[in-house]
Amino acid sequence: MSKCRNLIATTALATLAAAPVLAQEFGLGRAALPEEIEAWDVAVLPDGTGLPEGQGDVYDGEEAWINNCAACHGDFAEGAGAWPVVAGGDGTLTDARPVKTVGSYWPYLSTVFDYVHRSMPFGAAQILTYDETYAITAYILYSNGIVEDDFVLSNENFTEVVMPNVDGFIIDDRMETEFPLFVTEPCMSDCSAPVEITKRATDIAVTPAFPRLLLDGTVLEPGATLEEASAQGTATDAAPMEEAAAEPAAEEVQVASLDPAMVEAGERAFRQCRSCHQVGDGARNGTGPTLNGIVGNVAGQVDGFRYSPAFVEKAEEGHVWTEESLDAFLENPRDYIERNRMAFRGVRDADERAALIAYLTSYSN
Amino acid sequence: MTDQSNDAPRKAGGASRRDFLRTAGLAAGGAALGATGARANTPDPLITEVQPYASFTGEAVDATPYGMPIHYEEHVVRRNVEWLTADPISSINFTPIHALEGTITPQGCAFERHHSGAIEMSKQEYRLMINGLVDRPLVFTFADLMRLPRESRVAFCECAANSGMEWGGAQLNGVQFTHGMIHNMEYIGVPLRVLLEEAGVQPEGKWIFVEGHDASSNGRSIPLEKAMDDCLVAFYANGEALRMEHGYPVRLIVPGWEGNMWVKWLRRIGVYDQAVEAREETSKYTDLLANGIARKWTWEMDAKSVVTSPSPQTPASHGPGPMVITGLAWSGRGKITRVDVSTDGGANWVEARIAGDAQSMALTRFYVDHVWDGKPMLLQSRAVDETGYVQPTKDQLRAVRGLNSIYHNNGIQTWYVNENGEAENVEVS
Ligand code: HEC
Ligand code: HEC
Repeated sequence: MSKCRNLIATTALATLAAAPVLAQEFGLGRAALPEEIEAWDVAVLPDGTGLPEGQGDVYDGEEAWINNCAACHGDFAEGAGAWPVVAGGDGTLTDARPVKTVGSYWPYLSTVFDYVHRSMPFGAAQILTYDETYAITAYILYSNGIVEDDFVLSNENFTEVVMPNVDGFIIDDRMETEFPLFVTEPCMSDCSAPVEITKRATDIAVTPAFPRLLLDGTVLEPGATLEEASAQGTATDAAPMEEAAAEPAAEEVQVASLDPAMVEAGERAFRQCRSCHQVGDGARNGTGPTLNGIVGNVAGQVDGFRYSPAFVEKAEEGHVWTEESLDAFLENPRDYIERNRMAFRGVRDADERAALIAYLTSYSN
Repeated sequence: MTDQSNDAPRKAGGASRRDFLRTAGLAAGGAALGATGARANTPDPLITEVQPYASFTGEAVDATPYGMPIHYEEHVVRRNVEWLTADPISSINFTPIHALEGTITPQGCAFERHHSGAIEMSKQEYRLMINGLVDRPLVFTFADLMRLPRESRVAFCECAANSGMEWGGAQLNGVQFTHGMIHNMEYIGVPLRVLLEEAGVQPEGKWIFVEGHDASSNGRSIPLEKAMDDCLVAFYANGEALRMEHGYPVRLIVPGWEGNMWVKWLRRIGVYDQAVEAREETSKYTDLLANGIARKWTWEMDAKSVVTSPSPQTPASHGPGPMVITGLAWSGRGKITRVDVSTDGGANWVEARIAGDAQSMALTRFYVDHVWDGKPMLLQSRAVDETGYVQPTKDQLRAVRGLNSIYHNNGIQTWYVNENGEAENVEVS
């Protein structure tokens, strides 16, 4: 028993009224209400603990998947771009490049339900209802060839589903398999014949460029050689200063008519969009198109982005993103353009939408 | 490599004056960059002329209410590797351990790993729930936590995937990238045990499940013994409030165990009779072996060490003569008792000097005061912890685990340092 507990035991007694044997020592914190527990305790365990009532079938799951998940994980959960692959990979666990998916690797179905419900879709978590989660889970099982297309998943039959890799895990055995090998008296001299270099990171060349630091404080920019450093001494600070002086003007003119506070608020609100959209210099298409120049422009025009048929149709109609149309779209993306692929629930607050539009305007001419 | 014996580092303080003179002589004869034993021909104007900063005044005390490092140090920053993840929100960056000294990592450059970005949450908004197999499900506010007894401890937090890109061979050329998913801070917080005792864990309660407030919630199961042992519910680090990216206002500290369990923005602690088997402990953070079976619940971080300088980002450009070889060592199972360093790729070793008192489950700094003869080196370090575990080579690990485990690569790192002092990530036979 620790020092502080003894101390507390004497001082805290006074605050304890009709407490049972294992009393609260401090009486801090308050009782959690059932509604609060229901809201936050959403964990689902392998034996079905925590499963809510509900159900969903593969068919509904496919629809919910296409609307909410396919943009990142592919129409058949096969993955898109660098986003995680959710289906396939059977029998690859001993390959040089194993494909670990729900079907090939995950030991329990409860994990799928729990994770999808609490963490997906990425960028708009916690929007799925329990029924939608059952349906999507059924669809993921179907995509992995674990159930047929007429399968209905519910809290009743949930624990009957056995995942293919359920026996693929052992509990940490390093103590038995590694400790005997590694708990030894280390060799100090003549431990091996002179060694050869067998692999070099520079042959692979996947490291981002980095500056090198010398003892005297010189910073060698990527590509600079040690010889150049000794020739130049420590004059590495000059260059960035000049660049900074040359820059301003251009962008400031553009945003002159905008309220800087609104733009700033918009920048903050844009965090909910960043998982899919980029703006500014060097912006690239991600799950969503880049949004530079979007305000005042026709929808569906970003080069190299694969829009949904719904968006292509809008583009052909010449639909323009004005402040008004953007406002309506952002309030409820799914209703504004039906069957579009922006898996985002919308922004309810009108001021927040106005701020977002101001922010996007600051990146539009 | 020729002449192994000349290359062996000298034991702490063991460099004799004669050795020093011998190598210094070599330097003067050959190396272009070495300034050892230099002699000035003309007076140094930095000494003979009054510099502006020695005459004019500097910045006033009201110039910088909260300071950043001086701009000369602006390259000492976290960096990320874009191709590692699909986007930078569920992603990771790396501590610039090549440019830091001592053992404490400043929060502002300590690596970040988020599963749905770093969130902004105030102390007033903060709530912590404890429920499940407890006598009293409770909700704590931040102010409640601040009224409970506090403890402090220094602990390293290492992502299980640190060095994970190196299983197949030398890949990333810089210690920041190979070993930078680690930081070490002094935390202040309430022992998790105190909170669990407030709620009253029932006898069937064998596990806790911890989740965050962020959109991923990143839940992890922790066995009750660990929860009652040394975990902290922390709100300060290195003397100040946690930074946003480290879980402001409250994060969990799980000493010695993999970083993913150190849940940030701690929201709920559920008590269960079994592990939850959430995504972060099944799909991820399980270690696939060569036979297709995966280890789970590999929580402890094995003993590990690395030379932080010289390394690819901090070349030994000074040339032959005295130099400091330094690095970090740590173990999730206790104290580091010893670190050995080799300059010839593991054939011969000397014991390094450990700075200060090594603390359990915290970063430990080591030094070798070496006199370099200017010949190429293959630098390695090898940690030993208080259980007697000796950090293995990567090949020893591969023999047990294969190449696919991603996580828990604690193998010995080799830097090839050429005669110019430039260093490179390599593997040796
Ligand atoms: C904006 C892109 C995006 C969308 C939309 C999205 N996801 Fe994800 N998904 C991700 C990312 C990123 C991860 C990995 C997150 C991490 O590692 O922290 C992920 C992980 C997953 C995983 C775990 C993969 C693994 O191997 O561990 C599953 C399952 C999943 N998503 C299902 C879904 C479902 C179901 C939906 C729709 C309801 C969905 N996702 C929508 C981006 C997305
Ligand atoms: C989960 C990913 C995701 C999130 C989050 C998201 N978007 Fe989108 N957005 C998309 C996709 C995908 C499209 C293209 C839709 C299509 O092709 O059907 C799109 C389209 C758009 C367009 C039309 C682009 C054009 O070229 O016509 C705008 C404007 C837009 N999004 C704004 C936003 C804003 C503002 C937010 C945040 C409040 C946001 N989006 C959040 C994925 C997302």
